[in-house]
Amino acid sequence: MKISKVIELINGKILIGNIDDSINYAFSSDLMSDVLAFVNEDTALLTGLVNNQVIRTAEMLDLGTIIFVRGKIPSEEVVDLAKEREMTLLTTNFTMFEASGVLYKNGIEALRISYE
Amino acid sequence: MNSFITNNEGIVLKYIVGTDDFSIVGEVSSKIKKVLKQLNIDNKLIRRVAIATYEAEVNVAIHSLGGYIEVEIIKNEIKIKIRDNGPGIKDTNLAMEKGYSTASTKARELGFGAGMGLPNMKRCSDEFKIESKFGEYTELNMKFVV
Repeated sequence: MKISKVIELINGKILIGNIDDSINYAFSSDLMSDVLAFVNEDTALLTGLVNNQVIRTAEMLDLGTIIFVRGKIPSEEVVDLAKEREMTLLTTNFTMFEASGVLYKNGIEALRISYE
Repeated sequence: MNSFITNNEGIVLKYIVGTDDFSIVGEVSSKIKKVLKQLNIDNKLIRRVAIATYEAEVNVAIHSLGGYIEVEIIKNEIKIKIRDNGPGIKDTNLAMEKGYSTASTKARELGFGAGMGLPNMKRCSDEFKIESKFGEYTELNMKFVV
């Protein structure tokens, strides 16, 4: 799904990045420990956390798209860190549940995670 | 980078990890990841190394009195050693259990402290060793097969 379509579905705004990029999977979490433990594939990350560690976590996992939910907007410092890494950042006023639900209903898939 | 040694055997990188500024946590892991990319190492392996070093860097920053991360890249192996200056772990078996955490509220606010760090490092690496002397230090040694 094109980022432009994602923006339309979640009534979002793009902070930085490219609306022609696309995503196929999403993972929603405020706990970066869990993102690091369970994400093994390329996926968009939905989160309500807006600190540097969100960008660092995405960087380590090679994630290109982060969607901030509940109207959260990261600071300029955090946005700059993401910009250096050519990430796409979106923000939406939807809750994590609603943003995840709308994307899932429209074909974005969930990651199948393993519990080793 | 705090030191960089290269010889016929391989490359050794050493980085100091501080504890005062949470906002820079991840910089060391980011630098290590960049070096591995320049060496054209397989992306999946880089990702595993990056996750493990980042988890370790977060641990040093939130739990310890400071320490360092040393990366040794040789032909078929990447060795990572993380050593801190204490305070050490009383019961390393307990610390390895999923969900066990002694993290501060501050660490939890950053999205950590779920008790997943050490198990995740073990999962990502091909070999994992933890050694700690309470009151003195903690040392982790991880190996990744290239």
